[in-house]
Amino acid sequence: MDLVQVLADSLRAAVGVPALAYALAVIGLNVHFGYTGLFNIGQIGFVAAGAYGAGISASLWDWPFPLAILAGVAAAVVLGLLLGLPALRLRAEYLAIVTISASEIIRIVVRSPSAESVTGGPRGIGRWATSFYDLNPIPDGRYGIGRVTFNQNEVWVLLVGWTCVALAVVATWLLVRSPWGRVLRSIRDDEDAARSLGKNVYVFKIQSLVYGGVLGAVAGLLTAINANFTTPGEYQSVFTFYMYVALILGGIGKVLGPVVGSMLFWFMLQAMDVLLRQAISPDSWAGRFIQQQDIGALRLAVVGLVLMLLVVFRPQGLLGGRAPGRAR
Amino acid sequence: MTGTPSPAAEPLAEVAPQPGVPKPDALLVADDVRRTFGGLTAVDVDHLEVQRGSITALIGPNGAGKTTLFNLLTGFDKPDGGRWSFDGVPLQGVSAHQVARQGMVRTFQLTKVLAEMSVLDNMLLATRDHPGERFFSAFLPARWRGREGDAVERARELLAKVGLDAKASDAAGTLSGGQRKLLEMARALMVEPSLVMLDEPMAGVNPALTQTLLHHISALRDEGRTVLFVEHDMDVVHEISDWVVVMAQGRVIAEGPPRHVTADPAVIDAYLGTAHHRDPEVGP
Repeated sequence: MDLVQVLADSLRAAVGVPALAYALAVIGLNVHFGYTGLFNIGQIGFVAAGAYGAGISASLWDWPFPLAILAGVAAAVVLGLLLGLPALRLRAEYLAIVTISASEIIRIVVRSPSAESVTGGPRGIGRWATSFYDLNPIPDGRYGIGRVTFNQNEVWVLLVGWTCVALAVVATWLLVRSPWGRVLRSIRDDEDAARSLGKNVYVFKIQSLVYGGVLGAVAGLLTAINANFTTPGEYQSVFTFYMYVALILGGIGKVLGPVVGSMLFWFMLQAMDVLLRQAISPDSWAGRFIQQQDIGALRLAVVGLVLMLLVVFRPQGLLGGRAPGRAR
Repeated sequence: MTGTPSPAAEPLAEVAPQPGVPKPDALLVADDVRRTFGGLTAVDVDHLEVQRGSITALIGPNGAGKTTLFNLLTGFDKPDGGRWSFDGVPLQGVSAHQVARQGMVRTFQLTKVLAEMSVLDNMLLATRDHPGERFFSAFLPARWRGREGDAVERARELLAKVGLDAKASDAAGTLSGGQRKLLEMARALMVEPSLVMLDEPMAGVNPALTQTLLHHISALRDEGRTVLFVEHDMDVVHEISDWVVVMAQGRVIAEGPPRHVTADPAVIDAYLGTAHHRDPEVGP
């Protein structure tokens, strides 16, 4: 077994684009769930709104790249209002139903053959973010430490992506320690109390939903830019639950929890992947029980086990946030 | 025990003690407020006025509709019909947070302190028109720091008044039942209300703290506020209220000065006479 390789690959995943995209989407989810108590289980819908909003405006309407990005963000704002205006007036459970339904509706609609002329159907939208790479100021070459290296285009996406994460962390930190954030926390604790003190709970919930949704959209934009491709398969509901895993790992209701949790989630996932691959070489005993195609599922099972252990032994997550059971 | 008559009771001295009687200076006026749950009529109030600057007690047996009436008047529940106004402003159909902003703030029978927030944050939350609560201003502390400073000062003053200043940075969830009642009352004052509606302020409070609470409620009136409160303990009602409204089965069956009301045979029949056979009141 080559443990150095395991470590190198896992570190690469921990700082990679999926990790930073998760960090952004989970920061949004943390504002929803951790600070406001909104049980959004369709965050991936906002991610899709961002990617398709930009992808469609860039490929179908030939919008310039910066405008396409704005269109992606605007799509998330519209989605947030569309879901929040009716659902946030109702009991908390309705938001869960509405968000997961909407995220599935988006995925099914964009992959349907009848939408092919707009969304590319199952094939998705390719090469709409090429102008992003035209802006790359980094000279060709490989950059990194030891075995963890990236080419100039990867570095460019990482640079922009982690800058977005840093901005989101600072913005969220400012928000949650402001009086605005105090109202969100009061809504999470007891929204009738907030109402009795003259707070328009509905408006705060909508603002929270839209803000967190926009962060999800930025995650979607960065993922799509990284692949220079947008396909419906990236927006399955299960990814929202991976985001919750990352949130619980890091610590619910902690500003940096989502960043730590997302990096850790991708580190573990990659570590399990490489370890399992190394373990099932044809002559090893494990190779007799585990096939190559089982690895994808098995690594998730291990991550699930880690999550269970964490919830049992350290329910407040690594950074000491709120225990999941008390998050609402 | 009977408290000294307050100056606020004087204008009420001339008012006839009968249900729905008009008051010389009514702050809250309700007409034909009805609420039914299925076949049950929880509230059916033909006419009710609350005198400005007075302490009015709302009493009645279990299920009389007192809390439901509170919920309706404060926008926490929707009536089947009726209209009411506060300081001349019609309030039917107005949402709960707007009712509070009008200056009519309520507390809850089961206290709603925000357990995970600090005592001080509970207070600060109730600040009126805080610029830092606007989404985009929240990013710019320079825009709201001044207001926040003023709010902290006022919050500490109010906490000192109710003796919770030492607890300011503790989580509100660590407070005792009585302290929670005090915090809820102090928090309501942060909204600068002209009418304070207290839903069973003495429920679950140990007797040692009852006198403190009574003192604070009287102080509200002495500051010029109007108090409407739900209570079961007749001693408490006697001691501090200027006027008593008795509800039974959703209707106002009697009202008048405390001594008059407790002597009213209809009240004794509906409330006092049966009170001993009933379970103590639980949640709504």
